[in-house]
Amino acid sequence: MKVSILQFPGTNCEHDTEYAFQKLGATTEIVWHKSETLPLDTDLLVVAGGFSYGDYLRSGAIAKFSPVMKAVVEYANRGGKVLGICNGFQVLTEARLLPGALKRNEGLHFISKHHTLKVANNDNSFLKKLNVGDVVNIPIAHHDGNYYIDQAGLKELQLNGQILVTYCDTNGNESNPNGSVASIAGVCNKEKNVFGLMPHPERAMELILGSDDGVKMLQGFLES
Amino acid sequence: MKAIVNISLKAGVLDSQGKAVHHALDSLHFEGVNDVRVGKQIVLQLQESDKEKAMQEVTKMCEELLANTVIEDYEIELV
Repeated sequence: MKVSILQFPGTNCEHDTEYAFQKLGATTEIVWHKSETLPLDTDLLVVAGGFSYGDYLRSGAIAKFSPVMKAVVEYANRGGKVLGICNGFQVLTEARLLPGALKRNEGLHFISKHHTLKVANNDNSFLKKLNVGDVVNIPIAHHDGNYYIDQAGLKELQLNGQILVTYCDTNGNESNPNGSVASIAGVCNKEKNVFGLMPHPERAMELILGSDDGVKMLQGFLES
Repeated sequence: MKAIVNISLKAGVLDSQGKAVHHALDSLHFEGVNDVRVGKQIVLQLQESDKEKAMQEVTKMCEELLANTVIEDYEIELV
């Protein structure tokens, strides 16, 4: 299993992501955004979190024009698996590989804390190790995490089972930290090969750091 | 020629910053404000002198980069 991890100027979660996937037994490679190709043996491409291009203009807006993105779009269109975490999710929506957009948090504050999430769909290669309704404890750290999609788009997400996880309290009841439509924390595309979420499973890999629920999430990619 | 691009959240998309500014105005007793929308302005100095061509070019810039049309509207003014 080979995981390639994108690095833009301002990306800051590439090494955590590398650590997380290595811990799960994958080999990893960090790919600088100037590269025009992806490693040929890539099984999963991760767009890691951070502040690509300082979040200038809009989060993820400038990264979508980096040289590597052409290869990313081709890879995704061929059915390659892509996971965007936090800023990576923002990049994937800006690149229109995922529906919707991420707006400024409703309360306008940067939020950095552990939050519980509920699995909304597991019929995909990402969350197949979890059950629908499972609650996981995963850190969030974002300023622009307020997921927006119009009503027609939301209906389509629901119809196709594209909502991956929603924000909830520890009992699994809806609890929305940032104003996201339908408390959505993560979605996938219709073809279910491109995934994005604001929370950071790669930061929840061992109990000593507060939670190891990220293991259950990321493990899905390692078993076909 | 100069192009002034005004970008704002679409009608119907909740503008949290606008709402916060509205609250602040209220607390300063500026009454009579019905709604506040916060946007951004991008000013471009263009080489193009033909208005129509400039408008076409800046529209393309807005669609591709300057605005995210999923959530934002844009207005272009050429001066």
